[in-house]
Amino acid sequence: MTTPLLSLQGLTKAYPGVVANDQVSFDIGEGEVHALLGENGAGKSTLVKMIYGLVKPDSGTMLLRGQVFAPPEPRAARADGIAMVFQHFSLFDALNVAENIALGMENPPPMGDLASRIREVSETYGLPLDPYRTVGDLSAGERQRVEIIRCLLQDPKLLIMDEPTSVLTPQEVEILFETLNKLRSEGTSILYISHKLEEIRTLCDHATILRLGKNVGACIPAETSARDMAEMMVGSTLQTPERSGREFGDVALDVSGLSVPSPSEFGTALKNVHMTVRKGEVLGIGGVAGNGQDELLGVLSGEIPTAADAIKFNGQPIGKLGPTARRKLGVLTAPEERLGHAAAPDMSLTENALLTGSVREGLESNGFMKWSETKNFAERIIGAFDVRTPGPDNAARSLSGGNLQKFVIGREVLQSPDVLVVNQPTWGVDAAAAAAIRQAILDLAAKGTAVVCISQDLDELMEISDSFAALNEGRLSAPRETTGLTVDEIGLMMGGAHGMEVAHV
Amino acid sequence: MIVLEKRPQPSKAWSYATPLVAVLATMVFGGVLFAILGKNPVEAIGTIFWEPLFGEFSFYYRPQLLVKGAPLVLIAIGLSLGFRAGIWNIGAEGQYIMGAIFGAGAGLAFYPLDAWYIFPIMVIAGAFGGWLWAMIPAILKVRFGTNEILVSLMLVYVAEQMLASVSLGLLKNPEGFGFPGSRNLQSYESAHNAELIAGSGMHWGVVAALIAVIFAYVLLNRHMLGFHIRLTGEAPRAAKFAGVNPARLILFCLGLSGALAGLAGMFEVSGPSGVVSIDFNVGYGFTAIIVAFLGRLHPVGILLAGFLMALTYIGGEIAQSQLGLPAAAIQVFQGMLLFFLLAFDLLTNYRIRAARSEVA
Repeated sequence: MTTPLLSLQGLTKAYPGVVANDQVSFDIGEGEVHALLGENGAGKSTLVKMIYGLVKPDSGTMLLRGQVFAPPEPRAARADGIAMVFQHFSLFDALNVAENIALGMENPPPMGDLASRIREVSETYGLPLDPYRTVGDLSAGERQRVEIIRCLLQDPKLLIMDEPTSVLTPQEVEILFETLNKLRSEGTSILYISHKLEEIRTLCDHATILRLGKNVGACIPAETSARDMAEMMVGSTLQTPERSGREFGDVALDVSGLSVPSPSEFGTALKNVHMTVRKGEVLGIGGVAGNGQDELLGVLSGEIPTAADAIKFNGQPIGKLGPTARRKLGVLTAPEERLGHAAAPDMSLTENALLTGSVREGLESNGFMKWSETKNFAERIIGAFDVRTPGPDNAARSLSGGNLQKFVIGREVLQSPDVLVVNQPTWGVDAAAAAAIRQAILDLAAKGTAVVCISQDLDELMEISDSFAALNEGRLSAPRETTGLTVDEIGLMMGGAHGMEVAHV
Repeated sequence: MIVLEKRPQPSKAWSYATPLVAVLATMVFGGVLFAILGKNPVEAIGTIFWEPLFGEFSFYYRPQLLVKGAPLVLIAIGLSLGFRAGIWNIGAEGQYIMGAIFGAGAGLAFYPLDAWYIFPIMVIAGAFGGWLWAMIPAILKVRFGTNEILVSLMLVYVAEQMLASVSLGLLKNPEGFGFPGSRNLQSYESAHNAELIAGSGMHWGVVAALIAVIFAYVLLNRHMLGFHIRLTGEAPRAAKFAGVNPARLILFCLGLSGALAGLAGMFEVSGPSGVVSIDFNVGYGFTAIIVAFLGRLHPVGILLAGFLMALTYIGGEIAQSQLGLPAAAIQVFQGMLLFFLLAFDLLTNYRIRAARSEVA
């Protein structure tokens, strides 16, 4: 057998109170696309951070082409041919593509040379990108291309990709896969982290599954069903969300002729948005990130005030009402950004329960807070949504992303809203937690709540929504019934491929 | 190699321990400084911390602690509420001056009438003066988005000019032989903020400071408004999502800190100082910023920090006169205290670990 490109042997990393990686071993071959699967908190991030030199293992060795490999910092890892595309982009909106790429380089060449290198690489790999465009104007898919090209300029032997498709349209995903396949055929290995099992099945040669920091198995994705992989990941049988009855009542939320400028410079203005959601209906809103999702949520939550008549709840105009007044009526929202928007990172879960729960749960009287009731409410959320935390006194930032998401969604669901608007309810959440959140949303709809689910996960939208619309540059397409929609139709509703072309393989 | 590792949760134990560790470190390094200056370090530190409390003349210094500490605490409490919400009132000194002018002016308007209601009117007028002065940056910020740091700071210098003007004109003592400065309120019974217990230093300003501490504690821990203040400071977007109205919060925080600073000025002018004069203000409004942070913006912490600040001021003065320490050395000593406190504060959120440089 030939020497693998990278061989991990017994890697262990412990943090106070938790063993993030426990004796993890596996090999990544030359020119292999290797999937790393696992629930949130399974230790995937820690593992790739060790490979990328951001974290040092407590014990265990890594061998790169047979040589001991222990990068003290990312720079050393990059020098040895390891490149990484992070889930969260680290780009400056106000700078152009070439400037952003130059910032990440040790010795950036003159701007002109760099620009032509960028053009060259982007054309070779079918990722068209103008080096002089301002990053703030780019779509999420294009920003990801900047990150990928930044990596490719280093000529990596191993490319690590953390959840790369979470921000892409189906067409963009297809193009990304063409690129990755081309890289593979040139001998570059890829370590691919994703929750999307179908993707892993089409793309990856091997998969390693982590659970609670341990390597619990490996498989060849093409020969394993998505369900089997999910169950290996979770370690138990998976519940598919179900819903009983789809009977819709009167229109609960009526948005008509809604136009608002974006509060932020690089945001997207909403243009003449129309939609109605009936009681018991789930409206799924798809679209690539940055096409007005945040603004739509802001307008519906009351953070961005608008013309009174533009938004009606049970016929009553509420466009001018603030978040508190809307909560009082029963219009609740859960924003995408968990830390800093939906929850205050350094505050306890109890305080975060108070953040939106004060009005409907009666957690204040004459302006004074009722701490014990608030704590009870926090404990109810933790119990009902299986939030894994030592208790409600823990700070929100101490929770893993998925657990905090369960808390944030649970907080709104338990207040029995009449209208619930969620943005990216399962973003970065593991399969089991995502299923629980979707089930909760469906249960709520079955009880007669009108639900608007904004998401970039099309599988999720197809699974839970009754009707589907897509946001594209601040415009909302006319909603259509979900049953019978094809992937191509959805792609067209989402605004096509955003000027992308398939790689010239 | 030493690395800092972020704690998943801020450490409770360290947040209580850091002030003590900081005071100890200040004593050690201050001692070294005094030794280099050729003084006996033990004696110098002892003079600063021991003499005012338990020394031979402590009967004189102890009341001074209250007199100096009370305005610091009163102002710092107000400032801390704004600081918690990310609203930076740097102009407490100006609001303190305006409180004194309004308070003294209200009192002197009744001169020489003798009535019980004069002092309460002065209290209200003092708070109003400070509030009014703070409303200028508040309204400008809400209406036009100006920077409250700059506006409030600049207004300090305007207030100083007003102080000079009234000392020489409007409030000048008609029987003062032409010297600048108002009538002495200490000798006007109805307007005098006298000691409540003779010789204790305990005047109404001390009472007001204690009430403010309790009020701020209840506000921050039990009231929605306090929750919204903390929320705005920690996560402004989450605060907006929670339905907090930023403009209302700005008006409230700046207004309250102005009113408290005004009260401090009024209690000072009607008590320990007695007269409105050109050099009435001695920097309480600025020192209170340090006190607020020294007390980590927590009401009880501010109470202790105000006391500690007053102690180093009075102890420092004693050390200057008894041991001949230069005033600059005392200021360095006070600076060290703040420096160490902020430095050790890091341990609340981070732990220090010796990192192994090699992978086993």
